Amino acid sequence: MVNIRYAKDNFELEQNQSVLDCLTNRGVPVPFSCRSGVCQTCLMRATGGAPPELSQQGLKDSLKLQNYFLACVCHPTTDLEVALPDDADIQAVIPATVKSLQLLNADIMLVVLECHAPIDYRAGQFINLFQNQALGRSYSLASVPHEDDHLHLHVRHLPQGRVSGWIHEELRPGETVEIRGPGGDCFYTPGNTEQGLILIGTGSGLAPLYGIIRDALSQGHTGPIHLFHGSRDLNGLYLTGELHDLVKQYSNFNYVPCLSGEDVPHGFAAGRAHDVAFQQISNLKNWRMFLCGHPDMVRIAKRKAFLAGASMKNIYADAFNVSQSS
Amino acid sequence: MSQQESLYEQLGGEAAVNAAVDIFYRKVLSDDRISAFFEDVDMEKQAAKQKAFLTMAFGGPHNYSGLDMRRGHAHLVARGLNDSHVDAVIEDLGATLRELGVKEELIAQVAAIAESTRNDVLDR
Repeated sequence: MVNIRYAKDNFELEQNQSVLDCLTNRGVPVPFSCRSGVCQTCLMRATGGAPPELSQQGLKDSLKLQNYFLACVCHPTTDLEVALPDDADIQAVIPATVKSLQLLNADIMLVVLECHAPIDYRAGQFINLFQNQALGRSYSLASVPHEDDHLHLHVRHLPQGRVSGWIHEELRPGETVEIRGPGGDCFYTPGNTEQGLILIGTGSGLAPLYGIIRDALSQGHTGPIHLFHGSRDLNGLYLTGELHDLVKQYSNFNYVPCLSGEDVPHGFAAGRAHDVAFQQISNLKNWRMFLCGHPDMVRIAKRKAFLAGASMKNIYADAFNVSQSS
Repeated sequence: MSQQESLYEQLGGEAAVNAAVDIFYRKVLSDDRISAFFEDVDMEKQAAKQKAFLTMAFGGPHNYSGLDMRRGHAHLVARGLNDSHVDAVIEDLGATLRELGVKEELIAQVAAIAESTRNDVLDR
């Protein structure tokens, strides 16, 4: 008999019953629509056990790798522990020591954290960093597992930002903070190594992109990789030296710093990062896209990328929404 | 061609849906008559819904009921969704299939299935 574990409850799966029916019959509010494994409304995640391959058909690679599945077409033959995508707190809180804090530009702090327990993540995912139990914020990971010893975050000091203000003004190396994660599906998936990658980021949206680029390169990606990093003026850009070094080291990597303000010196592209990207590469068919940073940029760029030929399955995005309570 | 072959099989099944979904969604987003209804939606979720819709219109396996159609579009009816918008969607669907080289006779059958949902979608 196969058991489905959800929250603290154990349900026996009946013969020919889907995980969706099993859960909804017992009153678990799993949203659903087509019940045919297509519309993805009943997306869930296996937190224990592996979902059958058939229940992952049509999902994005980065979701498959994290054991997401469609409950309506999930007929497991072994026990599964499952969660809804919005179920927070499915991961334990991990303490981490602040190893160093270093300003990357006037507003953005590199925070290096050493976890007290191993954390299995992919470059480009995010963690939640807590100032106290009730107050946490999501920050993307710029570090690459196996390349970097610790977790790297790029924290932008937001006006009136409570957590970012605390990180910039009060936090000191040696202190211990609590984190939870990782989460998010904006990361490099192995395979298709010749595919072209276009990465567009604004501000500290460079953090996940910097991780993704180095992850792709270290995994032997051979296709062209174009990074468009945008800011209003020169002061907003950062890691330019490291990125120019990567360009020298890897012939398939191209870095285009973009400035949307008035003053655009030689060596920089004029315009907003996504506008520059779409001007330089107009047909996006078969490209893999990564879009990170300002929510408006991500929304506009996603639509433009899709209309310019990119397939929805090839568009990975992480919009940096600012918390309403700052 | 065997008499028994279903519309879904004649169109090419799931592979045909996969080939059509991006083309169809692009047409809908670029169609000024209806694009406003898609302004603030999560594109990824919307693409999955488009795929479910195409699977149904292609005569493929689905479990949508009339009630599902009413519920799923009620918020759009409240925003003024009417016959002209359904017409536009069916036109875009036909144009998608034509672009993929599907025969007119099959396109008519797909349009008829889409047409059969009109009253449920418009909640009347």
